[in-house]
Amino acid sequence: MGISLAFYWVPDAPIEGFRQRIFYIHVPIALTAYACFFWAAWKALRLLWTRDERYDLESYTAVHMGVIFGILTLVTGSIWARTSWGVWWTWSERQLVLFLVLFLFYSAYFMLRFSVEPGPRRARMSAVYALFGVVLIPVSFLAIRLAEGLIHPVVFDRDVGENLAGSQLLTFVICLAGTLALAGSLYLNELTGKRLDARLAELREALS
Amino acid sequence: MSSAETYVTAAYLVVLAVVLAYLVIYAFKLSRLEREVGELAELARRKREAPEPEPEPDREEVAG
Repeated sequence: MGISLAFYWVPDAPIEGFRQRIFYIHVPIALTAYACFFWAAWKALRLLWTRDERYDLESYTAVHMGVIFGILTLVTGSIWARTSWGVWWTWSERQLVLFLVLFLFYSAYFMLRFSVEPGPRRARMSAVYALFGVVLIPVSFLAIRLAEGLIHPVVFDRDVGENLAGSQLLTFVICLAGTLALAGSLYLNELTGKRLDARLAELREALS
Repeated sequence: MSSAETYVTAAYLVVLAVVLAYLVIYAFKLSRLEREVGELAELARRKREAPEPEPEPDREEVAG
């Protein structure tokens, strides 16, 4: 529904024109990636607080989802950059570089996780790493507001009412809700699969 | 189709393709889990049907 509205209902933006429609998929996906990393950090904090190891799998699954949405953010942002700036990537834009740093940081999470033997030590190390990563999110989010040579568009500022028409805001909210719902359902499916895998391994060990 | 339209469509198609690829990978994982559950169920059935080993005789009885 969000995609249909983005293509057929919302008007062309005054400066960006038709290409502004990438905004309805790119921004919700980026916000969903941030939400996944926040969720991973929250579960990591609960693991460190309660020592309950079930939070380890939940934090790991949230990072997994965040990285998938992070890849999509980079790809859709790159396509927008190509059509708007004429280049696929530019190192002079802090927002892009900081998001790439955030993405690489969480990609390294898997290397850390799979280089340590499974157990409480690995769970604690992964949790501390996921908590450190969440510090980068506000920096990445605020980068476009702090940057001086600004070329990345800022839509959600104090003049959001002037930047977005009612139809654009409604379409954006629908796309955001849809992307969050997609991420939530993928997270639950992935978590169920990982739990089932772990329990099958226990069962195999008990039967052999 | 203009250049902007092509790029916007490509962005949406990329997202769709990644979600579809994820679902295909997940379907393969589910079929693997189903196969493993079947193997474990078979193993459990064989263990249940196998004759139980004879209990070892009491040491006192052997000595007496």
